[in-house]
Amino acid sequence: MKTLSVDVVVIGGGATGAGVVRDVAMRGYSAVLVDKGDLAQGTTGRYHGLLHSGGRYVVSDARSATECAEENVIVTKIHADAVEETGGLFVVGPDDDPEFSDRWAIGAAATGVPFEEISVGAALQREPRLNPRIRRAFSVNDGSVDGWQMVWGAANSAKRHGAQILTYHRVTDIFTANDQVTGVQCIDEKTGEQVRIDAGFVLNCGGPWAGKIAGMAGMGDVEVVPGRGIMVAMNHRLVNSVVNRCIPPHDGDIIVPVHTVCIIGTTDIKADDPDKLPIPREEVQQMLDAGEVLVPGFRDARAVHAWSGARPLFKDTRVQATDTRHMSRGMSLLDHGERDGLKGFISIIGGKLTTYRLMAEHVVDAMCEQLGDDRPCTTADEVVPGSESGKTYVVTHRLEAREKDRLDEQILCECELLTRKMFVDLFHDQPSANFDDLRRQLRLGMGPCQGGFCAPRATALALETGIVDAERATALLRRFLTNRWIGLWSIVYGDQARQTALDSWIFEGLLDIEHLPATAPEEVVL
Amino acid sequence: MSHEHDMLNRASLDHCVKCTICETQCPVARVTPLFPGPKFVGPQAERFRHGESVDHSLDYCSSCGICTTVCPQGVKIAELNSQARAVMKADNMPIRDRLITQTMLEGMIMSPLAPVANAALGMKPVRYAIEKVVGVHRDAPMPTAHTQTLTKWLKKHKAPASPRTRGPIVFFHGCAGGYFEVETSIKTIEVLEHIGFEVLVPNQGCCGLAMQSNGLFEQARKQVLKLCADLRSAGRDLTIVSSSGSCAGMLKHEAHEILGVDDPSLIDVGVRMREMSEFLMELADAGELPTDFREIDVTIPYHQPCQVKAQGIGMPAVHLMELIPGVKVVESGQPCCGIAGTYGLKKEKYAIAQAVGKPLFDMVKATNPKLAACDTETCRWQIHTSTGAKVVHPIAVVHAAYGLSDDLLV
Repeated sequence: MKTLSVDVVVIGGGATGAGVVRDVAMRGYSAVLVDKGDLAQGTTGRYHGLLHSGGRYVVSDARSATECAEENVIVTKIHADAVEETGGLFVVGPDDDPEFSDRWAIGAAATGVPFEEISVGAALQREPRLNPRIRRAFSVNDGSVDGWQMVWGAANSAKRHGAQILTYHRVTDIFTANDQVTGVQCIDEKTGEQVRIDAGFVLNCGGPWAGKIAGMAGMGDVEVVPGRGIMVAMNHRLVNSVVNRCIPPHDGDIIVPVHTVCIIGTTDIKADDPDKLPIPREEVQQMLDAGEVLVPGFRDARAVHAWSGARPLFKDTRVQATDTRHMSRGMSLLDHGERDGLKGFISIIGGKLTTYRLMAEHVVDAMCEQLGDDRPCTTADEVVPGSESGKTYVVTHRLEAREKDRLDEQILCECELLTRKMFVDLFHDQPSANFDDLRRQLRLGMGPCQGGFCAPRATALALETGIVDAERATALLRRFLTNRWIGLWSIVYGDQARQTALDSWIFEGLLDIEHLPATAPEEVVL
Repeated sequence: MSHEHDMLNRASLDHCVKCTICETQCPVARVTPLFPGPKFVGPQAERFRHGESVDHSLDYCSSCGICTTVCPQGVKIAELNSQARAVMKADNMPIRDRLITQTMLEGMIMSPLAPVANAALGMKPVRYAIEKVVGVHRDAPMPTAHTQTLTKWLKKHKAPASPRTRGPIVFFHGCAGGYFEVETSIKTIEVLEHIGFEVLVPNQGCCGLAMQSNGLFEQARKQVLKLCADLRSAGRDLTIVSSSGSCAGMLKHEAHEILGVDDPSLIDVGVRMREMSEFLMELADAGELPTDFREIDVTIPYHQPCQVKAQGIGMPAVHLMELIPGVKVVESGQPCCGIAGTYGLKKEKYAIAQAVGKPLFDMVKATNPKLAACDTETCRWQIHTSTGAKVVHPIAVVHAAYGLSDDLLV
């Protein structure tokens, strides 16, 4: 058994956990972050990619609106490489109640969310595919942000400040003694090794799993309701700005351009288990219908992937638990010292990716207060590694990079313009990674072919590195394809059906993938 | 450009399943790594394009359009690429690309000065200077100017005395057919008259194809619309024929699909337009083409230009020429001769264009080094310059077979 000793253990490698461990480390505490899977593999990597302007909350939640507007500016600065400054529109659809837009404009002015009303003609000029029958349009500072890139940026920043990041380390127990947390027990999922981490403080950033984690410390009544929402990524950017419907929060009220795709979201349905999130076909159809309202012809465009994410919401007895949208989106910070008499344990549940840094600041402030330390937060002032240039992401980046190295570099993933070298270098850095871990950092297999052409190439290259043998390489390939399929089956229509048929012929007809010798199939991780 | 149109081409990228057939058929990608290939610059790169033009290598595309022709999924690959090039060149247009697209102007200036122009273009120092100053390669094929323009010929021309049994038909000659390849135009008119048509030749301008393939979309749109008005002035509902294969393709589909022109006048002209061999084979299939051909004992290597392939009309020229007793046609089996309009003239593209055309040149030399047939002017110049063969429009073979000329095998 391996033993570590630190000041603080952060459980959960999503945006909240990464923000918290960064903040803890920057305030001078020794810290380790553990996650049962990869960084940003849960809720953070399963949303539509919106960096809020605050516009969504100007009517329903004034404080969130203001916080979003402020944090938008900070996140754009400290995570420039993960953020695209797309700008956004709030548009009143042909059948939407125009009265709401009056309230929206008043709310935006009152909350300090920057906006400007533009003519319908100007909106159409900016976004030619937009429904020409829209009645009103407001321009806002929405952006899009790559959740994985952002979390890796925060984690790398934390590492620079001395923190350790242990992915695939599942917490199995939280130790307490005399009403004080003393540490956690983990298992390294890759090696099976037991790891004990002694620490005087544990910050529970488990998102939809936070209730389960709190239970390990004896808090049986922390009930977290996962609100499941589906997202559908379309094959190319039908819009280049974020397009919101200017109505009260509604299913499918937003299209976000992220990297090469645009994503429509979302639904909101109470789920029982954040590890088992279905992608019902009827909800996909609902998204496509909603897309038609904003972009006529949306249904004829090609969908490439669908996924489900779980919003973690602390159960509030004032509303029905089946309607999670009306529960507070502000975070719930549970100081278990005050609440339950257990010192050194704080749970943070809920919140928004846009305000992840501010949430982390509140959590670490609460920890410092409990510890009696006066250490100010500096996370808003320092940019994370990779964002030093201050240049925000633009969709042309990879095309421009390939233009420069096209005569020297082979391309591994054609859809996402990923080179052989990018893949091999990262695999050498993270030799225990599976292809999905690499995908989240490189976008391997995330384009129209969904791994049909790049996955066999990646498998061959993985073998060529010598890091894995043929059986393990085959197992990596199978698992990758299985995971891709989870996001495909519900959207197999039109162009994507033709692609899927071709891919299937390649894998089953040509490679006979079902019968290749492989190591024991790894657990399929959503 | 109409946004809907632009969006429609862009939306076609959704059909790509990465089968790579376009890359295997691209004549440029197979000879140079400088061009990343049609799949790369088309449906793949398009997903990354927004605002700034960052992939200037797309300019190695010759716009031959073979990729769109062969795509089994219906991706408008060449059209996507042409539109991206227009964006790229919006801020970065070489003066050469403006000059060589002025095809009508070149004809108008060169014709009166034909002897001087031809002599000058035949002199190495002059070509070297042109390469240095303008960027047109010294060895690239150049048209021969004629003092006899089609307009001058028409002024003196009298239709045969025999009755006009088939009524009027409109002839679209194109810039080259008006100034540089007058002979092909004359032979086309004479064949049409021989079989009983009254040939109307309205005053007409340029179709804008060269501007389009060099990314000068605005100018090309103006040209093509003016041309439509010119052609329509000859009479309503009349069939329009052309012996300029690429210009016919421009009016049939390219101006609509690439430039996004939706004007009813273009649609009207487009549906009436027939490529000459296509038209004669329509007559032949209906049993209305006189086949009193004299025998010509010859094997003719025939190359169908990319822009005729793209019209989706099959290979009517092969069938037409083989109606003539003694004529054996060998189809080139090659996608492109390399010239692709003005591509092969450019000094930085000349070597690529030669490499593209090499299998075709070898085929011509092996099949009949003296005579070949091809439907468009620039392709004929390219094949002639690189093989030494006399290269004629298929109509010249028909013209000879009807006994209207004796110079085919000379």
